[in-house]
Amino acid sequence: MFETIEQRLEKLEKKVDVLEYSRKDQLTMVVMSDDLDKMLAAFIIAVGAAAMDTKVKMFFTFWAISALRKEHMKQAKGKDVTARMFGTMLPKGLGQLKLSKMNMQGIGKYMIKGIMKHNNVSSLDELLAVAGELGIDIDICTMSMDLMGFKKEEMIDYPNLGYAGVATFLADAGESSMQLFI
Amino acid sequence: MTTEELKSLKVNKSVDARGTSCPGPLLAAKKAMGEIKSGDILEVLSADEGTKKDIPKWATKKKHEYLGTVEESGYFKIYVKKG
Repeated sequence: MFETIEQRLEKLEKKVDVLEYSRKDQLTMVVMSDDLDKMLAAFIIAVGAAAMDTKVKMFFTFWAISALRKEHMKQAKGKDVTARMFGTMLPKGLGQLKLSKMNMQGIGKYMIKGIMKHNNVSSLDELLAVAGELGIDIDICTMSMDLMGFKKEEMIDYPNLGYAGVATFLADAGESSMQLFI
Repeated sequence: MTTEELKSLKVNKSVDARGTSCPGPLLAAKKAMGEIKSGDILEVLSADEGTKKDIPKWATKKKHEYLGTVEESGYFKIYVKKG
């Protein structure tokens, strides 16, 4: 039996509907790295997308989580030895991130910060503040947080900060038109 | 639009984003667009070369009309009509 044109049209219309409504104008990003340069890229893309009215969801996992810790904060109580070690050795907050290349014990990092200022590039702290104003969601992977022994009270105050697992990321990524892994 | 036509445009709002780098000019443009009416013309001043390409892309997405860019020494004047 051959399908009539009407039947084929109906099938196509259904397919188009699915395509049109399954992908939102949304960017979902996994941020895994705690390198200063990669974090900068992540935030510039996120803020740029939000400026274009794209909904942005950032998922912070593994090393990147340490960048969302409060800079001046004593470690939370009740941690074991490994968790204390992680807490001490990993960067506390965006300000302590290192360059992935040419860090040179921090000299490179200060040089790049100087150049950024000279070229009017926003600092990570400024970008984070703008991200908050633009309503960018940040979710922290709770599994990685537990691995590193980080506690919620050690995390920065950010307006749209949440805690989630991989299913949240997958569900959000599935309905996004853009997905990035940084 | 020719450079002369762009220069003689009646601009409803001008925003100077020369003190910022990517994505600063885009943010400034987005903010300024919220403050004008449909059909109004926005002028964005940017010293960032990338903005020349970014603003037309943003305008297309947001259904604004990109009118053109005028190059000045060391910066650009970009014109967009609100959709």
